[in-house]
Amino acid sequence: MSMPKQGKAERRTGRETQTEDVESTADTANMSSLDADVDSILDEIDEVLEVNAEDFVKSFVQKGGE
Amino acid sequence: MGIETEYGISVTGQPTANAIVASSQIVNAYANFALPGVRRGPRWDYNEEFPLRDARGFDMSRADADLSQLTDEDLGLANVILTNGARLYVDHAHPEYSAPEVTNPMDAVLWDRAGMLVMDKAARLATAAPGGSPILLYKNNTDNKGASYGCHENYLMPRATPFAEIVRLLIPFFITRQVFAGAGRLGIGQDGHDLRYQISQRADFFEVEVGLETTLKRPIINTRDEPHADPEFYRRLHVIVGDANLSDVATYLKMGTTSLVLAMIEDKFLEGHDFMPQHPVREIHQVSHDYSLRHRLTLEHGRKLTALEIQREFWMLATRYCDEKYGLQVDDQTRDVLDRWGLMLDRLTTNLWGCANEVDWVAKLQLLESFRTRDRLSWNSPKLQAVDLQYADIRPERGLAAKLENRGRLARLFTDDQVLAAVVEPPTDTRAYFRGECVRRYPEFIAAASWDSVVFDIPGAPSLLRVPTLEPSRGTKAHVGPLLDSCPMAHDLVAALTANGGD
Repeated sequence: MSMPKQGKAERRTGRETQTEDVESTADTANMSSLDADVDSILDEIDEVLEVNAEDFVKSFVQKGGE
Repeated sequence: MGIETEYGISVTGQPTANAIVASSQIVNAYANFALPGVRRGPRWDYNEEFPLRDARGFDMSRADADLSQLTDEDLGLANVILTNGARLYVDHAHPEYSAPEVTNPMDAVLWDRAGMLVMDKAARLATAAPGGSPILLYKNNTDNKGASYGCHENYLMPRATPFAEIVRLLIPFFITRQVFAGAGRLGIGQDGHDLRYQISQRADFFEVEVGLETTLKRPIINTRDEPHADPEFYRRLHVIVGDANLSDVATYLKMGTTSLVLAMIEDKFLEGHDFMPQHPVREIHQVSHDYSLRHRLTLEHGRKLTALEIQREFWMLATRYCDEKYGLQVDDQTRDVLDRWGLMLDRLTTNLWGCANEVDWVAKLQLLESFRTRDRLSWNSPKLQAVDLQYADIRPERGLAAKLENRGRLARLFTDDQVLAAVVEPPTDTRAYFRGECVRRYPEFIAAASWDSVVFDIPGAPSLLRVPTLEPSRGTKAHVGPLLDSCPMAHDLVAALTANGGD
């Protein structure tokens, strides 16, 4: 494997270290980054979401395609 | 390049409704609306289709083919060409919009979005027709019950590029580009039985590395070799592995980054670079299933890298390639794709929720997690499955991606007016311009058309006149605009084309 030689290879190394530090990027228990707007979106979605979710999901049956 | 999208379809209250009939109603309703007064719109011209031709250099016999592979037989299904150069038709049991050929990723996004408006209008028209039932359309790729349908990308490539190189480099690229191009799915396994979240709608449906099929034993690299152009010089790379995206930026990056990788392959810039995993099919599933993005792929030569790290290497190579090839002369869009791609990889690494405004799977996951937290739902709650499905509802008033866009939480690359214009106007810089303009100007005199032909039916003429359009970069506005303007009637155009040898 020939690696890219210019200065950017160093950046990659730096990034790998960084990756270890932030392994929990998708730690979805932590929703603190969500802003207050989310609540009102959920309310809006509740208004348009199909009323009987279970039937709605069950009745979406497709034939194959392509 | 161009994008073909099959839409999921359901008839409200009738889960067993015939999807082929409903899809035909969709297409016919739109054809009657878009081409009013034309008794029968221009039909598809199947003359140049070779769905069983394999890019590796042989033809599959028709007897060996699955019925679903015989896409060149006109089954009398609805099939029309629109004034924007697109094809709207019934493919198997889904309505499909094949966008016109474009030259760049921004235009690919624009005409794909125009297709969503076409489909939305078509569904409303079919629903309102006498005796019509409410028909809903979804821009997704699975019903979570075992069926999948595609959003295919097409890229024009020089025939001279060795196919083995395309396979060797695109397999790892496709496996890893899901991290920004995935549309998100609640359910693992083809039938979605395991109610956990994954990055891609499509990944679980891929079972082999390379092959001709698109409907069974789906391959990561599809070898269908129908160039729809001069086969001596071109191949059409038919990419079936991607998700249908709702996010403009996701579509843009998917098309832009793939184009850059293909350009590097064409220019032999990636010789000596090897990212092939030991088990590609297993890895495409595993990358999709691990939305923490920590999964390490084991490459053939033993290296273990995450999908983000492999993407980072592709990005670095593309940056160096553009520096060396274009330097400061690099065009704005290529620069923009490189910048956004690099920033996207940074943000996916350090601030996942910061990608919710551009990456479908992150936007959808954020909604699901928010509902889970607020309503204390477990992952098998039907409500969460409904959110997954309704994210892709194409109606602006009901679709959840559309709701996010309206609130500015999902980025858009075009205004409503720009998309509306692309519903009726073709791109000006490919042969789609000639096709679309012919349909717009002379609808009643076009018997048929296809990607590489327009067939005129002039009253009194001894036969149909087929105008081949085998070169995708001709038939542009610059090339044929003045000619079309000088021909108010179809017979004027036919006379002019016949006089100068069909140029």
